[in-house]
Amino acid sequence: MIRWALLLLGGALLGGVVHIATVIMLPRTATRDAYARLEPLAPVNTVTPLPTPTADAATMPYMDPAFASAICRYDLSQGPMKLTVPVRTAYTSVSFYTRNDVAYYAINDRAAGRRVIELDLMTVDQHNQMPEEEDVTAADRLIVESPTLTGIIAIRAMAPEPGLMPQAQNAVAAAQCRRSDDIKPSR
Amino acid sequence: MRLLLGTLFVLAVGAFIGLGGTYLALKRGAAFGALTIGAWTAWPKTGTADADPYARASIARIGLLPTAVGDGITFAAESDDNGKPLDGRCDVLVSGITPSARFWTVTLYNREGELAANSVGRHGFTSQEIVRGADGSFSIIAAPRAQPGNWLPTGGIERYTLVLRLYDTAVGVSTRAGREVPMPSVTTRGCP
Repeated sequence: MIRWALLLLGGALLGGVVHIATVIMLPRTATRDAYARLEPLAPVNTVTPLPTPTADAATMPYMDPAFASAICRYDLSQGPMKLTVPVRTAYTSVSFYTRNDVAYYAINDRAAGRRVIELDLMTVDQHNQMPEEEDVTAADRLIVESPTLTGIIAIRAMAPEPGLMPQAQNAVAAAQCRRSDDIKPSR
Repeated sequence: MRLLLGTLFVLAVGAFIGLGGTYLALKRGAAFGALTIGAWTAWPKTGTADADPYARASIARIGLLPTAVGDGITFAAESDDNGKPLDGRCDVLVSGITPSARFWTVTLYNREGELAANSVGRHGFTSQEIVRGADGSFSIIAAPRAQPGNWLPTGGIERYTLVLRLYDTAVGVSTRAGREVPMPSVTTRGCP
């Protein structure tokens, strides 16, 4: 009897290990996560507008139908990126996600404080390699550090009323995300 | 023989508890730091780089991009204030006020996170288009048949989820449930 109780306890401990391991492993093995859904739709380092979700079709689950959205699937291995988003509607936001769909940064039009949101995206290493004087002159430049080499930028503009949706769609389609070749490589 | 039997037993129990626990945790959307106010629950930390392993696993399994904390916060309600699951065949009243935010939206999804099909093509309201009372409060009626006021058609589906998203708001990781964050009440009125 005691033997079986001990075995049960051992099994429960093993179950705990299995549980923790599977939870941690799951994001790496998921084949239907947001990145996997967006990968075939969006070429790398280009802004791709996403269709507004309808009852029949949506790119991802739980998308807000009041928003026009576009994504830029980025790859920083060739160098930093520059992102420009015009602000034309009531509310515009830009959110940054890692390869595993973890949001690490977001900014909205009011925080950006201008009619256009301009950002530089680079890895920590690329930021460290930037010439210092450039860093100083670029004090008003917003630099975002990506924890991973690849990831997703989601650009979203709100249409407060359905009639304003075309305007919001134009705004996100006018966003640009491209490699910033003007930034010189390391000294 | 006894050793083999014992080993198999331990492995079976381990697999059952481990995988069962993972399945349940993901199905129920468990993550640390849940903020529950009335019928509404949000996981503010899910929208940050500090998201815990449960949140990361849920995000990957559902396949969504979570609302980042700098953008806003997402509250979801699967049942009303009394714990009754939201039923698309009933009239459900969502009324009151929201915490201060520049904009908010209320959206109705089925349990798979898809918009519920309906004849008028309405899936939610934004804070701009809603009709409010004189005191600034609003009420939305989620019902299968047309209603006066802010009617949110359910399409008659059996179970649905209401999602309230606040954009550009102070509600976030440091928010505690309480008086400073008023959320609209969710009540089931009549079921046919």
